[in-house]
Amino acid sequence: MSAASPVLELKGITKRFPGIVANDSISLKLNKGEIHALLGENGAGKSTLMNVVFGLYQPEEGTIEMNGQPVLIDNPNKAIDLGIGMVHQHFKLVEPFTVTENIILGMEPKKGINLDYKSATAKIKALSEQYGLKVNPNAKIHDISVGMQQRVEILKTLYRGADVLIFDEPTAVLTPQEITELMEIMRRLVAEGKSIILITHKLKEIMQISDTVTIIRRGKVIDSVITKESSPQELAEKMVGRAVSFKVDKIPATPGSTVLKVDKISSKSKDGIAVLDELSFTLRAGEILGVAGVDGNGQSELIEALTGLRKIDSGSIELLGEQVANLSPRQISEHGVSHIPEDRHKHGLVLDFSMKENMVLETYYKKPYNKRGFLNYDAITKQAKRLIELFDVRTPSLDTLARSLSGGNQQKAIIAREIDKNPDLLIAAQPTRGLDVGAIEFVQKQLVAQRDQNKAVLLISFELDEIMNVSDRIIVIYEGRIVGEVYPEKTNDQELGLMMAGSTVGGKSHE
Amino acid sequence: MSKLSKIFTGNIVVSLVAILFGLIVGAIIMLIGGYDPILAYQSLFEQVFGNKYDFGETLREISPLVLTGLAVAFAFRAGLFNIGGEGQFIIGMTAATFIGIKVTGLPAYIHAPLALIVGAVCGGIWAGIAGYLKAARGVNEVITTIMLNWTALYLGNYIVTNFLMKSGMDKSFDIQDSASISIQSLSSFFNDARIHWGMFLSILAAIFFYYFLWKSKQGFELRAVGHNHNAAEYAGMNVGRNVVKAMFISGAFAGLAGAIQILGVFHYQTIMSGTPGTGFDGIAVALIGMNHPFGILLGGSLFGILTYGSAGMSFGADVPPELIRIVIGSIIFFIAAQGIVRWVLKPFYSKRKKEKVL
Repeated sequence: MSAASPVLELKGITKRFPGIVANDSISLKLNKGEIHALLGENGAGKSTLMNVVFGLYQPEEGTIEMNGQPVLIDNPNKAIDLGIGMVHQHFKLVEPFTVTENIILGMEPKKGINLDYKSATAKIKALSEQYGLKVNPNAKIHDISVGMQQRVEILKTLYRGADVLIFDEPTAVLTPQEITELMEIMRRLVAEGKSIILITHKLKEIMQISDTVTIIRRGKVIDSVITKESSPQELAEKMVGRAVSFKVDKIPATPGSTVLKVDKISSKSKDGIAVLDELSFTLRAGEILGVAGVDGNGQSELIEALTGLRKIDSGSIELLGEQVANLSPRQISEHGVSHIPEDRHKHGLVLDFSMKENMVLETYYKKPYNKRGFLNYDAITKQAKRLIELFDVRTPSLDTLARSLSGGNQQKAIIAREIDKNPDLLIAAQPTRGLDVGAIEFVQKQLVAQRDQNKAVLLISFELDEIMNVSDRIIVIYEGRIVGEVYPEKTNDQELGLMMAGSTVGGKSHE
Repeated sequence: MSKLSKIFTGNIVVSLVAILFGLIVGAIIMLIGGYDPILAYQSLFEQVFGNKYDFGETLREISPLVLTGLAVAFAFRAGLFNIGGEGQFIIGMTAATFIGIKVTGLPAYIHAPLALIVGAVCGGIWAGIAGYLKAARGVNEVITTIMLNWTALYLGNYIVTNFLMKSGMDKSFDIQDSASISIQSLSSFFNDARIHWGMFLSILAAIFFYYFLWKSKQGFELRAVGHNHNAAEYAGMNVGRNVVKAMFISGAFAGLAGAIQILGVFHYQTIMSGTPGTGFDGIAVALIGMNHPFGILLGGSLFGILTYGSAGMSFGADVPPELIRIVIGSIIFFIAAQGIVRWVLKPFYSKRKKEKVL
């Protein structure tokens, strides 16, 4: 620890919202050249705190000091002037613009009345080289990879003279290889004298890269520790408040008969691009089949095809020996398919419906909920109450709008509804996205429980750890095709990562 | 019940304050124009409540406004914006006139309901066209319903001119007596005000609206589609069919409004140079009524009272009756810009909260 005053220090920050204290007297010290991880579950108050630092919220109590001087940050421009930069989880880039145009947006250098692209490009190039970012200033955003786009976001903060960089869940969208590269970049940044706050709930990354960790739970700082002196186990316990197991406890699978047989299905997007390209796989009862792949390689389209939301042009989908390709979503659902959707707000729930209405969203037309065309609210209430108790969904009441529940509880509600349909096939798309450690544990246990009841489970996830931990067998999807099949105990992140990037090395080709 | 209580608690205060503000804005404009606002409002209410005839006529004014208000609100609850109440109203009028004139020899208890039903169904089909175009082709319903308003106006005129015209006049024959829905006994009680069954139909329609939307299976689907069509589709609902259905029912309310005007009030249809405006007023009524059927009964009543009473304002205080449109416009403004109302109410609310703490 250096004796000099910290680059950024938060002293007793308290931020209240009606009904809750989001940040309760939080103090935090960021030293120069340090990577400081901010660890906490969803809703713990990490984002609120960073919004305070970035000037989007005003704290009720507490002060912020930079290099020993108290500062008042009342809007983001002020934060930028003070040298604070934020790399958002969802990039804020204009797709048809070039890298340079995006970076100078809002503070365009002028030469007379013209934009001075030349000097801007030169400056960006210099910055890019200094930090080893390898960004081409003239490339258009929609032509470069997600990892590159993130680097543009980083460059944007550097261009504005940031000394303190805040990374908000930066690895959520990256492949394993890109994550390794990002870590290199972060190390380079601190080597050049920058300081970094890393917001994440991924313990692995924290262990790899950070110097210190501050753990927040329910708006309070639980502890600040030196990463080297801690362990993932200890951090997780502090974050959740109880012991958690990372390994999904499960007995070896005993796959039975074939439940789902997908044979050479193809589908085109509106622009005529093949999004599913003769994709084939089989799934048996009593196994969890993981679909690994980088976002945008046909996962969403595969789910849509399986659930009846997308028409396929050729190929067949057999469910328990029956052809279900191109049936309506309801027909497929009645064939015994449940689906935990990728985007729970868009597809899983009607946010402005009450919890009890959401619990019968797919079964409302059946007895006993439908009584001669009228809804039987007694039966609906009973069902909703049962599910909510069974799956421990924390909701103030059954009449509460789904919108006002936390992400974890919304997801629990969806899982309760889907599992209660007693499906033969359960499709789980990104079932733990945005959930905290405790909720992830719950969701993954439910998936394994379904498998143990001899159901077939299809798990689509961008999280390699989840695929590796939960699946019994893994297939890798790349550009609408299955490019390989492996068993989790016989592979590793590196091999999977290569396959996800399109290489078939190591995995036997499916055909 | 919770929905109902919500309408009648938090939001109703905003509505009432918005109405008050609207009246105040009207008063300020009257003052600027050199009129006496107190006398004007006094004459307005005297006009409405002063005698039985005018009160009866006010009731007549209210019924179609409630129905077109329900039309707009119903579509809105299903996530659609039906601007075409106007056209559906005209189609309902024309269909009712046609049945009222051309069908003969039926007893009144069959003829009148038949004309009402055909009017409502034709209004529904008219709106259903826009619904179908949206469901099948993704055409925005705002555009199509506006275009269908004009189509309806000239189609209505065409039908009247070619099939129903009384020679030498700009209007159709009178409908058969058996198709009339006027209530003679009540009319004489109200000194010959044009009282008809439409008043009760509009109340029934509001009750139907409530039960259908919040208690029935189909209403559940419509609301799900309205709030989140992605989730509805994913849950196995047919989004397209629900869009058409919602537009049909919405249009049927507006068509019924047109039918009762013909069968209960005018008993004939004129050649129209422009649209009658009742359909557009329905948008305002739905807004004042917070898109809730019982709110719309109140909103329609307010709208009817202000409109009918405006004649009294010009007699009693010499205020041009158009001024009432400024009042209505201001009310809508304050309801749409709820932030202003809440901002004004804020001190009252915080005071109340403090009292509770103490």
